[in-house]
Amino acid sequence: MALQSLDIARRSATTTPSPSVRQTTEVAKLIDVSTCIGCKACQAACMEWNDIRDPVGWNLGMYDNPVNLTENSWTVMRFSEFEENGKLEWLIRKDGCMHCADPGCLKACPAPGAIIQYANGIVDFHEENCIGCGYCITGCPFNVPRISKKDGKAYKCTLCSDRVAVGQAPACVKACPTGAIQYGSKEQMKDYAATRVKDLNERGYKNAGLYDPQGVGGTHVMYVLHHADRPQLYSGLPAEPSVSPLVGLWKGIAKPLATATMALVGIASLFHYITKGPNEVSKETEKEVEKEDAA
Amino acid sequence: MIRDPKDLKRYTAHERANHWVVGMSFILLALSGLALFHPLFWPLTNLFGGGTWTRILHPFIGVLMAFSFLALYHRFKALNEMTPTDWEWVGRVKEMVDGDDHNMPEQGKYNGGQKLLFWALAVCVLLLFVSGIPLWRAFFDPPVGLARLAAVVHAVAASVMIGLITVHVYAAIWVKGTIRAMWYGTVTRAWARQHHRAWYRQVTGK
Ligand code: HEM
Ligand code: SF4
Repeated sequence: MALQSLDIARRSATTTPSPSVRQTTEVAKLIDVSTCIGCKACQAACMEWNDIRDPVGWNLGMYDNPVNLTENSWTVMRFSEFEENGKLEWLIRKDGCMHCADPGCLKACPAPGAIIQYANGIVDFHEENCIGCGYCITGCPFNVPRISKKDGKAYKCTLCSDRVAVGQAPACVKACPTGAIQYGSKEQMKDYAATRVKDLNERGYKNAGLYDPQGVGGTHVMYVLHHADRPQLYSGLPAEPSVSPLVGLWKGIAKPLATATMALVGIASLFHYITKGPNEVSKETEKEVEKEDAA
Repeated sequence: MIRDPKDLKRYTAHERANHWVVGMSFILLALSGLALFHPLFWPLTNLFGGGTWTRILHPFIGVLMAFSFLALYHRFKALNEMTPTDWEWVGRVKEMVDGDDHNMPEQGKYNGGQKLLFWALAVCVLLLFVSGIPLWRAFFDPPVGLARLAAVVHAVAASVMIGLITVHVYAAIWVKGTIRAMWYGTVTRAWARQHHRAWYRQVTGK
């Protein structure tokens, strides 16, 4: 096995367990929305570290730029203006892969080893094994993966798995000037989030809280939100994300059930032949036909 | 080819060619689709030049099958209308399966089972085509809810269709003297009299 920091916990389209003897600490990135100033240094750092550049696009009259995640923009700042009780709040959320503990993308992926979940919690796409079917998009509850028009492969945030592997924090974390993006073990990040939530509570944000949705088993990218009771305010962050029941059906019971049914029909046919024998034209019918023809 | 001048013509060359295009594209679709359905079948991608080629080719073959099936459908739909005798045949199918078909109700060109299979296949192809389009990410970008539903429908319809085709192929192997109808288009008089007597009387006037 290679670097312990890259031990594999789960592998797409693989039905046997991955090597799981070594125990690795789970890591997490914490994004404190309340201290983010929307400078996009993280976006720039992401492009820089990963060597990805989106072509210059269009200004659509909003701060979001580019307006959506793409195969070249693995993180995008989403700005929303929210008014309540005569107060305007600018809610800015750094969007990108959440590195789910129970990843819908990995569950849906048909290509062995194209999506990997490391023991440290990072969900990584290995594009060399990707076939470009887009099932990860169908599986993801956060609308994150994007298929490249250049090579037909799926891309998304890697949580800088290459940096994390050698003990470095992700590029976006390094670049954030206000410390709104923190990185460490998942436990540390939850503890740190608790102090942030307490601070926000004291400053009047009664519903401040940590976003670590349990519907997907928790995530390895978490948010501190001032309005944790209404995550949708943050450009449609889902309130209760989970892998869709349809995806569960498709990738769960349907696979063994359909396979067994198809096998059974084949085997039943074979045994029918063996037990009943072929259905041949009877001698009797042949004679009758000869008689009719002669007549 | 005329083997015996007394043989009865069951299919024209065009009908046979049409059927083979559907049949071959179905086999390619089943193999390439299964490869993506369950890791157990992943090695089938090797038949198509790898995973990416499997993903690229499958939907194009699907479109070919959908259109060739449509042609076949129009050729045969009138012959597949169910009659009361067909329903009676279906009700007594157990006798047939047990290999004792001598007392089964008299059948025209197709028996009740074949006719029901025809309609079931038509529904499967329609469902597969309609659900295959939203899965085709190379050209379409459907709302995610639709893609999820389509994935389930496609997988279920494909399994049902593979099961039905297995039965269809097996029936052709089981009933001796049938497969030649799809090779060179003719069957013997005795075959027709035993399995499709009403059709036999209609074409021979006996
Ligand atoms: C009728 C036209 C059809 C179209 C347009 C179509 C299209 C597709 C597409 C786009 C996919 C996703 C993978 C890819 O991009 O290659 C797919 C998957 C699949 N197709 Fe089809 N297909 C058709 C017919 C069939 C037929 C006849 C079968 C077999 C009986 C079949 C079996 C499958 C299976 C098993 C999968 C994998 C589903 C899964 O992963 O759960 N398809 N099809
Ligand atoms: S957010 Fe989407 S792409 Fe990221 S791990 Fe979860 S399911 Fe996969």
